[in-house]
This record gives sequence, C-alpha cells and structure tokens, in this order.
Amino acid sequence: MIQLNINNKVYEVDASAEMPLLWAIRDLVGLTGTKFGCGMAQCGACTVHVDGTPVRSCSFPVAAAAGKKITTIEGMTEKIGEAVKKAWIELQVPQCGYCQSGQIMSATALLKSKPHPTDADIDAAMQGNLCRCGTYQRIRSAIHRAAEMI
Amino acid sequence: MNNNNSNIDRRNFIRLTGITSTAFILGLSAKANALVTVENLSAAADPFELGAYIMINKNGEITLFNSKPEIGQGTFQSIPALMAEELEVSLDNVIIKQTGGEKKYGFMQFAGGSMSIRSEYHNLRKVGAAAREMLLKAASTQWNVPVTECYASEATIIHRPSGKKLGYGELAEAASKLEVPKSPTLKDPKDFKILGKPSARPDIPLKVNGTAQFGIDAKVPGMVYASIERCPVFYSKLVSFDATAAKKVKGVIAVETCERIHEIYKTTGVAVIAETYWAAVQGRKALIVKWDNDGHETFNSKDFEQSLRDAAKKETGAVAHQQGDFDHAFTTAPIKLEAFYETPVVSHSPIEPMNCLASYTEGNKLEIWTSTQVPGSLVTDFAKEYNIPEANMKVHTLFNGGGFGRRLYPDYVHEAVQLTKKLRKPVKTIWTREDDTQQGPFRPMTYSAMKGALTADGKALAFQHKVIAPTLDMKKDYDKSKSDETMTEGISEQKYEIEHMKNLYVHHYMPAPLAAWRAVTSTTLAFSHECFIDEMAFAAKKDGMTFRLGMLTKESDTKNVLNKLKEVSNWDKPLPAGWGRGVAQYEFFAGQGGYVIEVSKKGLGIKIEKVYAVIDLGTVVNPDMVRAQVEGAATMALTAATKNGITFDKGKTVQSNYHNNPLVRINEMPKVEVHILTNGGPKIKGVGEPGLPPFAPALCNAIFAATGKRIRRLPFDINKIV
Repeated sequence: MIQLNINNKVYEVDASAEMPLLWAIRDLVGLTGTKFGCGMAQCGACTVHVDGTPVRSCSFPVAAAAGKKITTIEGMTEKIGEAVKKAWIELQVPQCGYCQSGQIMSATALLKSKPHPTDADIDAAMQGNLCRCGTYQRIRSAIHRAAEMI
Repeated sequence: MNNNNSNIDRRNFIRLTGITSTAFILGLSAKANALVTVENLSAAADPFELGAYIMINKNGEITLFNSKPEIGQGTFQSIPALMAEELEVSLDNVIIKQTGGEKKYGFMQFAGGSMSIRSEYHNLRKVGAAAREMLLKAASTQWNVPVTECYASEATIIHRPSGKKLGYGELAEAASKLEVPKSPTLKDPKDFKILGKPSARPDIPLKVNGTAQFGIDAKVPGMVYASIERCPVFYSKLVSFDATAAKKVKGVIAVETCERIHEIYKTTGVAVIAETYWAAVQGRKALIVKWDNDGHETFNSKDFEQSLRDAAKKETGAVAHQQGDFDHAFTTAPIKLEAFYETPVVSHSPIEPMNCLASYTEGNKLEIWTSTQVPGSLVTDFAKEYNIPEANMKVHTLFNGGGFGRRLYPDYVHEAVQLTKKLRKPVKTIWTREDDTQQGPFRPMTYSAMKGALTADGKALAFQHKVIAPTLDMKKDYDKSKSDETMTEGISEQKYEIEHMKNLYVHHYMPAPLAAWRAVTSTTLAFSHECFIDEMAFAAKKDGMTFRLGMLTKESDTKNVLNKLKEVSNWDKPLPAGWGRGVAQYEFFAGQGGYVIEVSKKGLGIKIEKVYAVIDLGTVVNPDMVRAQVEGAATMALTAATKNGITFDKGKTVQSNYHNNPLVRINEMPKVEVHILTNGGPKIKGVGEPGLPPFAPALCNAIFAATGKRIRRLPFDINKIV
C-alpha cells in the first residue's frame, strides 16, 4: 500500500511502485480532472503539482509521490489558482477543454514563481502543454488577466 | 397503432400531471426520427417516449436538450441558446442536457460538417417560440385578458396594463393542454438578448475545475479496463497469439480478440483486460502476437508519393467540372504556366485518446458511455450490427476531448462492445497515444497538377486543377470514368470568373485507414488552388489581392471577404523591408473564410508577423465562439502546414507520439485577428471548418512575397525556407 496526500486528503492505494501517478489519481483514487494524453510527458494534460512543482503525472512513478503534497485541478482552490480559473472563464479559454486542467496547473505554477510574467515567460512555462483546439492566444491573455487579479 | 387517433387539442403536447412534477414537454415522438420542426412535434401515448426539447416543471425548473455533441465547437451553448432566445429565458437559469442518440430526438444527432447551427437555427427557434406562445395564451386565458396585452420575459408572463405576473412553472400545466402553434412568430433579431451577442459557455466552468465528464472519465461499478494490440502493418491478419506471460501480469483478468471495424477496413486485435488500465497496458506488452502481413509490408511513403506523381502524368482523369474550352484556350494562350503541388497525410490527434465504456447485460441490453460525434448512428448502426433492439440501447454522449472528424468513426466503440459481450462485464477501452498516432484513420494527402493561362495583358483565361488522391471510403475498385465530389471539394465552387476551366480527378488507391478531417479535402485543395492563383497573379505582374478582385466583377460573398480582408489588413500600405504579405480565400461546403498573413525573414526561416482572418457568416449566434473557432482552425492549419505529418514505411506508420508527430505549441502560434462578416443577411454558414483551408495558402503566398521562394509541398520547415 502506498500513502498519497492529494489535495490535503490522505489516500491508501494498492499500486505497484512503478505505476504512473496519473493512473493512481484517476483509477485508484477516482479524481478524473487530471487527464491522460500521451503517456510520455509530451502534452502536459496530466500536469499536477508535487510539493508545489508542476510534474507530468503520466511519467512520474506513484512511489516517488509518497509522502509528498500532491495538488490536482480539483484541489486548486488557493488564491492564485482561483484567479487563474476566473480568468479562464472571463476570457472563455477552453474549447473542448480536455487539456485545460493541465494548462491551468502549469499557469498557476508560473504565476506562483513569476507574479507578472512577460509573453516570453509564458512561452517558456506553457510550451509543455499542447492544445489541439488552438486556445493558445486566449491562454496567454488569461494568464496576463489572472496576474492583474492577484 | 393508429396515428390518427390523437386528439387535436393535445396533439402536440403531453401532460405528465400525476406522473412527475413535469408539467410541460415539447418534443418529438419516439416514432418520428425526423427533423426537429414545429410541424413534427407530436404527442405520444407514453410520455416517456417523447423526446423532449423543452421541459418545464411545476416548480419553474426549465430543461433544454442539446442534440449536438459538444466537441469544443460550443454547441452546449449555441444549440440551447436558439430555444432560450425565443422562450425568453436566460441560459444561466436552465438545465442543459445532452441527448444520447435516441431515435426520439430525431436523426440530426451528430456534430460534423459545420452543420449544427445551419441545421437547427430556424427549427429550434420555432420550438422555443411555440412554447412561448402557448405560455402566453395560458396566462391570458387565466387572466381573461387579450393575449396582445401580455409579454414574456425571464421565464415569466407579464400583463402589461396591470403588471400581473405568472411564472412558467405556474403556467406549465395549462399551457400543455393547448394546441401547438404551427407557425409561431419569431422574434425580430433587433430584440435578441442572446443570439448574436458574445455569450459565456455553460460548459466552461466545468472545464476549468476538473468536473466536466469526458468519455474517458466514465465509470460504473465492476468496470474493467482493456488495452488492445492491433496489427502494426495495415491490413495484416492475426495468425496466433501467446498470452501466457500477459496473464501472469498482476491484475490481468483475461485476453480476448476483438474486431476493429472502420468501414471496409476491418482488422482483428488482441485485448488484454485487467483490473486497472495500467495493468492492461503491462499485460499487453507481454503479449506475443503473430501477424500475416500478406505483402502489405511493402507500402511506404517514398514509393507511394512517386506513384502519385506518375499517375498525375499518365492519367487524364475524370472530369469534375468543365466550362468553355480549356484545352484549346490553354494551347493557344500567350502566357501559360504549370505547377505541381503536394500535401501530407495527417492525423487528427485529439488530446483525449479514443476510448469507450460499454456494458452488455442480461436481456440483450447495451449501454455505452463515450466521446462521440455521432450518437444518433451509434444507436441505429450498432443495434443492427449486434442484433440488439434499439429500445435496449442507451448511449451517454459525454464531452468530447476534441473531435476534428476522428470521432465521426465508431471503430473504437465496436471494440468495447465486442469485449463487453464476451466478458459480460462493463469494459472500458483506452487507446494509447501510440495507438492513436499509428492506427489512424488518417486524412489522406492530395496531389494537384495545376495549369493556368493568361491573356497578353495579364487577364486569367484558363484554369485547370487536376486532383490525384484516394477516396475516403478506401475502396480499391473505382470507376475511373467518374469524379469524386469529396476529393475535388470546393475546386469548382470558387467564384473567380475564368472563361475556360476543366477540373479533373484521378483516383489513386492508398492501402491505409482513411477518414475525414476538419474541413476535409478543402484543407489540402485550397493550398494548391489558392497558391496557384497567386502564381498566375505573379505571372500577370499583379498582387494577389488585385488579381483576385479583378476576376470578381459580379457581387459575391468571395468578393466581400476579399474586400474586407483588404480593408482590415491595410493591404495597400507598404510593409517594412524583408516583409511580405499573402492572401487566400476558400469557399466550400462548410462555408467561407479568408486570410491575409504578413511574414518577415528571420534567419534562414520566416516569422509570422500578423494574421488577419475574415469569416463570412451572414447570421451569427455567438461571435466570441466564432472567433475562438477561427483562432483554433488557424492553429490546426499551421500544424498541418509546418509539422511532420504522418509517413509510412514497411507497411506501418513511422510516427508514434507527439515527439515525432508534433503539434504547434504556444510559443509558435501568432495572434489571429478575427473579423466576422455578418452583412450576408439571413444566410447561415458553418463556423467550425472555414477557418482552416485558406490559412496555408495565405501563409505560403506571404512567404513568396517576402522571400521569392514558392512552396509547393507541405509540410515545410518554417525555420528553414531557403
């Protein structure tokens, strides 16, 4: 059994050590806001925070997350996360919406380290998150908008 | 049953008093399988058989039903908005429910072809207006006042002189007893509160807090997971498999075969079923499978592309469209030019991989939870295929994590249905990204042999577009005397006034799974068509805009689109040194759009400086959503023009995941400035697709203007133009 602290709640999961954190979160814990996209850290749909750092949970062994503080989209309720979600709604960012949990997790991490990011900062922080619908220009605007709100 | 026994007074309405709290339902009958028109709304003996579009409870709760799958294009807002506008309710105060392909909701339950608003704009407004008129009549009868003294506002009927009010919930039961007006009066567009205004989408809050349910998120008790090994070489056959090691993987429950049915492309795969998805994937890796390639391993892109070029030279092709006398005009023209254009095979690559949860239970019952663009045909086609009564089928249409045409094809649903039938357990299949990238179906390439001729003073005289491509139905046998409408899409619909024209189609078989892709064949044909028009402009010593407008003396939407582009892009204003601008437009089944793109030289490559887009709509439902669709279409078009695409070797797909089949990322995407043309009057055009086709040719025409380099093959490396 592996103990996981997800969104300030402790879960015991029966998983092999090498199972990616993504599948433990989705299938064993039952939180489905974190998405599967590629399985090799290429698309960012599975982004969660581990001890405050954004990681690609599809390529992060569940054993490595034991004892650490994991935050998923469902637990993104502090001030910066709320501002990001509000900006995302205000600028109507999502289309299909599937990649957006990951986008929001990356954007929140960016704003935590850089409260007023430039376009270049956004490019650097967000280029690991693919969006097939092409919402990039709204993501950029929404990050600037969230920065204003914080 | 006799359909003529329905009472005229309640012919189109059903009362549910005493059954539930529902008091008013306006909908289609189970037998209808028809268009949702006011004329088709009818009563049913069994209220549960009525496909409700509007439902009002006694407590005032209002539910609107959306029959178009939400794939990112915004139907979760735009479709209910059509009814809400006429019903005089705010979308903030209604419940929106997605229909599940039930026959009682009519046969238009799909998302494709940029059709949703085009097919429902008038019909659903009438449904809303009919309900409003019945509620008005119920109130005026109760107050004993003329109906003309009453009006509807925010789910309430108000008596203007006295200020008396009754909520829709209070009126629902009385209204349900009235006759449905056959031709209700629609609102004057100047009074619209929702339609035509930028409106927030009700699905967006769910999509930013992780609660939106996509197909992949579906779960039921006792559910198991499957990962399927499919033939790596297209069309190869399963010979045998050894599951000994797979079954030893912890969590693996069973190993079964299942068929992937993609139209005529049918292959058998080996599924590993396990308690968790991860265990199923591990088990699959331990499978030993033997395939019979049967010669299919010889298929490769290099030889195949050469065969397309050879076919272009050898074969005359079937006539798709003809006017004037092209051959004579071309032969005798003073200025003539020829060029050959090539495009790639591409994948849909929605970020949500294909998946399906299916549960087959006792009594020949089947329940499906999935992301699909075609819930309607899932019910009818699967009932037939698996011999299940339609009444025993239930489809849950969940949010699609991207469609782009991929989810028009239910091959992934077939696999899940076969597995649940074998296991008698709910089975959820999830394709890996590698499955999605390598198995297709793919958008095929088109190759184009272009010919054009000009008069001595630079006027367009003759034009020929010869398309070399397979057909989307993948069939090998093809009557070569016939053209194919889909594979020559749009090339004969352009409004340019050219006297002599002959468009041709050469069928060329391709042994791979194929499919429609957002904006279908227009995504490749617009590139060759509109770049070649630019080549003719250059030969005529004119810029692309002047040359095009010179061929448009009659009024047309094309002319309006180009004039608008000219205006918003300041076309006549000189650009800085090293910059170039290009224009392109394309009219096709889905609608019409155009771009002016400005680029500058940057090192060995180019930088996209400005993107101006114009989409011609006539009537617009949600302008903000239109802009979003065009922004997205431009992004998808940039990926298709400048990223790897799909290639084949030894009968297999070379690419496997996003690292070698990349998509444009945020740092590579310029801002798109979208302008919506709405001066087309009552016309209704599609939104989802028209932003795609003209992007690549506008970009390549701009690159030619900046660098003198004519790009005739996609994809190209934007960082290495010279």
